[in-house]
Amino acid sequence: MPVALTVPGLLVLALVGAAAARLAVTRIVVYGGSLVFCAGLLAAGVNALTAPVAHLVLPIGLPWIGLQLRVDALAGFFLALIGLGGAGASLFALGYARHEHHPERVLPFYPAFLAGMALVVIADDAFSFLFAWELMSLTSWALVLAHHKEAGNTGAGFVYLIMATFSGMALLLAFGLLAGPQGAYAFDAMRAHPPTTAIAATVLVVTLIGAGSKAGLVPLHVWLPQAHPAAPSHVSALMSGVMTKVAIYGFIRIVFDLLGPTEWWSGTVVLALGGATAVLGVLHAVMERDLKRLLAYSTVENIGIVFIGLGLALAFRANGFTAGAALALTAALFHALNHTLFKSLLFFGAGAVLDATGQRDMETLGGLIHRMPRTAVAVLVGCAAIAALPPLNGFASEWLTFQAVLLHPDLPQWGLKLMIPVDGAALALAAALAASCFVRAYGICFLGRPRSQAAAQAREADFWSVAAMAGFAGLCLLTGVFPGAVIDTLAPVVQTLTTARMPVQLSNTWLTIAPVAASRSSYNGLLVFGFIAVSMILTLLAVSRLSTRGVRRAPPWDCGFPDPTPLSQYSAGSFAQPIRRVFATVLFRAKDTVTMPPPGDSRPATITHHITDPVWDGVYAPLGRAVLWIAEKANVLQFLTIRRYLGFVFGALVVLLMALTIWQ
Amino acid sequence: MIYALLAQLVQMTVILALSPLLTGLVRKVKARLQRRRGASLIQPYRDLLRLFGKETLVAENASWLFRAAPYFIFAASWVAAALIPTYAANLMFSWSGDLIAITALLGSARFALALAGMDIGTSFGGIGSSREMMISSLAEPAMLMIVFTVALVAGSTQLSTIAEFMLNGTVGLRVSLAMGLVALLIVAIAENGRIPVDNPATHLELTMVHEAMVLEYSGHHLALIELAASLKLMLYLSMIACVFSPMGMASGPGVPLNDAIGFGAWLVKMTIGGIGLAVAETAVAKMRVFRVPNFLGAALMLGLLGVLLLFVSRGM
Repeated sequence: MPVALTVPGLLVLALVGAAAARLAVTRIVVYGGSLVFCAGLLAAGVNALTAPVAHLVLPIGLPWIGLQLRVDALAGFFLALIGLGGAGASLFALGYARHEHHPERVLPFYPAFLAGMALVVIADDAFSFLFAWELMSLTSWALVLAHHKEAGNTGAGFVYLIMATFSGMALLLAFGLLAGPQGAYAFDAMRAHPPTTAIAATVLVVTLIGAGSKAGLVPLHVWLPQAHPAAPSHVSALMSGVMTKVAIYGFIRIVFDLLGPTEWWSGTVVLALGGATAVLGVLHAVMERDLKRLLAYSTVENIGIVFIGLGLALAFRANGFTAGAALALTAALFHALNHTLFKSLLFFGAGAVLDATGQRDMETLGGLIHRMPRTAVAVLVGCAAIAALPPLNGFASEWLTFQAVLLHPDLPQWGLKLMIPVDGAALALAAALAASCFVRAYGICFLGRPRSQAAAQAREADFWSVAAMAGFAGLCLLTGVFPGAVIDTLAPVVQTLTTARMPVQLSNTWLTIAPVAASRSSYNGLLVFGFIAVSMILTLLAVSRLSTRGVRRAPPWDCGFPDPTPLSQYSAGSFAQPIRRVFATVLFRAKDTVTMPPPGDSRPATITHHITDPVWDGVYAPLGRAVLWIAEKANVLQFLTIRRYLGFVFGALVVLLMALTIWQ
Repeated sequence: MIYALLAQLVQMTVILALSPLLTGLVRKVKARLQRRRGASLIQPYRDLLRLFGKETLVAENASWLFRAAPYFIFAASWVAAALIPTYAANLMFSWSGDLIAITALLGSARFALALAGMDIGTSFGGIGSSREMMISSLAEPAMLMIVFTVALVAGSTQLSTIAEFMLNGTVGLRVSLAMGLVALLIVAIAENGRIPVDNPATHLELTMVHEAMVLEYSGHHLALIELAASLKLMLYLSMIACVFSPMGMASGPGVPLNDAIGFGAWLVKMTIGGIGLAVAETAVAKMRVFRVPNFLGAALMLGLLGVLLLFVSRGM
């Protein structure tokens, strides 16, 4: 299994990075090497989709099972995602990381982070899975703290560390339950002995907590918008674009593969969480003014969309509709791929903007389309793709999800009958709000007039960064125009998990995709793209004949009152005001406070926006207070005499023995 | 094959050629209702020609996006309109996009228009884009809920299949479809920027939405955007006709007589739709911007209710 060699290879790169971080050549070696290894992962992953399952046992790890590695189609798909995202991020970093002030805080951890993610995907026993999971968590935590002196970053790192520990503990519990009392920690043994219904239900809930908190499911998402933006931008891209997918892999591996058949209500739970995540994530994103945090919140939204697909697949599979489950799972995996592509691209773009202007606050940007034309084109493609606009890839996967929603209105359970249409509405709302969100993000950052000196003097990003962005923008278009190829590539993965697959798409006329039958629904990205292109060209030709007089540059009209100061433009805050007022007054208790000095007073009038996060205020803040309160009370125990401590020990022993007696 | 291709081309040209006439009709009927004589029916064509003949002014700091957007908006609207069965279902390329894709294509056009509104960096452009995106963030999900309702009844998101299903008469009266129709009318009004959501005739700064976004456009750019707006109106009326009253529509191109009947029926439907729109616009007053969410929220809830009813019972 040659793919297993990439993990030690990446770890060696990490050592190289640690040994000589200050040298410029180390940067090139580490990122160049990571690029090569990631390309290898991509190739191995794509190959594994069709190849027979490969298995390898190494004599390290737990003594009685060793380190078990296995690459099947599911692992292959996620290996390919890691390879793709990692290769893009490494390419971007070849140029971007040149301006890193503390390379010794990034270079050792970056390849180790990639190695951890790859190892999670190929691990085939609980011990190595959890080891790799923790390696991934800790290295990414170190990367989040790379710029620990910037305000807020240490706090983000703290919250991330707590949530990562929590997630690891939840997964530990899940594997403990799956392994049973005999301690069968190899995945093969777990597959062979599916747990009882009650245990399966517990495992599902714990897995949702463990994998869901890593992926960013509401209400476990709070760390994500703090931690992802704090890291250097190529790492943010990896965390948002790839690490969340590894979390989704963990969920799929446990729930779809190890757990055996699931009850119908598991679909309802996953659907409810997915719908809430999609809507809440995008609502946060549309009101956020920090560019990278906006992207992180949008990651939360997209994770919600993927989980909607997974929930549909669970619901259909539990009812024996395997073809429907195949469609829903394909949609979820397709969206995971798409999200890796466009979210990495957008984080690269945010990194390029940050590098060029030193600003993440959108209120200080503007007009970058003139100063950074290539970045602007690539980011525009990413924004349109994430807003689910045809003919790009985001639309193709959301279209498939919609088709899955509409597939089975005749499910027997009432919980699903009500939850599926509500999730359809949530998905539609999330897609429309995402369009608003990215019109705002692109319009404020790249269009209009510069709002600060830094934005006015921005420079185009370097060659490597532009190459990475252009490559991903091209992939967004390609996967959008040829969705059938992606669906067919995903077929082996879906086949192993749902025992069914979608019909072969590439044999359809004109490469149309038709999930069930052409008379039911079909979409052709290639033709839509072709039609728009041809219509545009025809229009251009016609206009150049029809329009006799040319184009002249003139001052803007603006109803006769053009204001020369760029501050008179719509800002990020004012753009979001209508949406804030419509959607956030109840949910987020959004408030705008205007202070207007009386006439004669020369102080400026001010407006401040205030929103509260319902999840943070409702769950985490009380939880934090409770922990502090208990800690304060327990603090008394630290200052006792030895006699009392001995008394406690004796008391504990008595309680334990009594419990044992009752148990027997 | 040739005939099929020809039928598709006829559809594309006819919908493009007749859409300004529909706009002219609405304006004329509105004028008559207000006891004005009104401009001639073909005034929109004259306006377009005039705009094409004018010099096009582009603001000094406009980027390439500002200049490319009108072409994209027009092309996307045109492609979306060409996918709607007007006189005959099952045209040659009708399967290349279903109702969800048509909705999303219009979303692409709106995305480009909203960005173009922000390109110059004037306050009016921003106000238009911001409001348009607020309206669309409710109108688009409402539209998708309507699509869901219709698709669940007909068992397909393909417009041609839906039209045929509605034509064969086994549908009967259904609560969910009635809700869908009301919701679709609300969405169509909002998406086309008609009264009471937006006023296509206004240039009063604080009330405009669509007009604010296109404020900086002139000459052939403006002509393309106006034409795209006419196409969108035609598209929505055709869509309503196709789904809720497909009477007379040919089930596929090929029989010239059926095509001719379908064509005549479509013209009648468009005329009725245009007159109905003008009457409705004359009868109501424009809303305050922040009343619009309630109006559209009603459409969203109606659509969702229709879908829920269908999930509960297929016969509703």
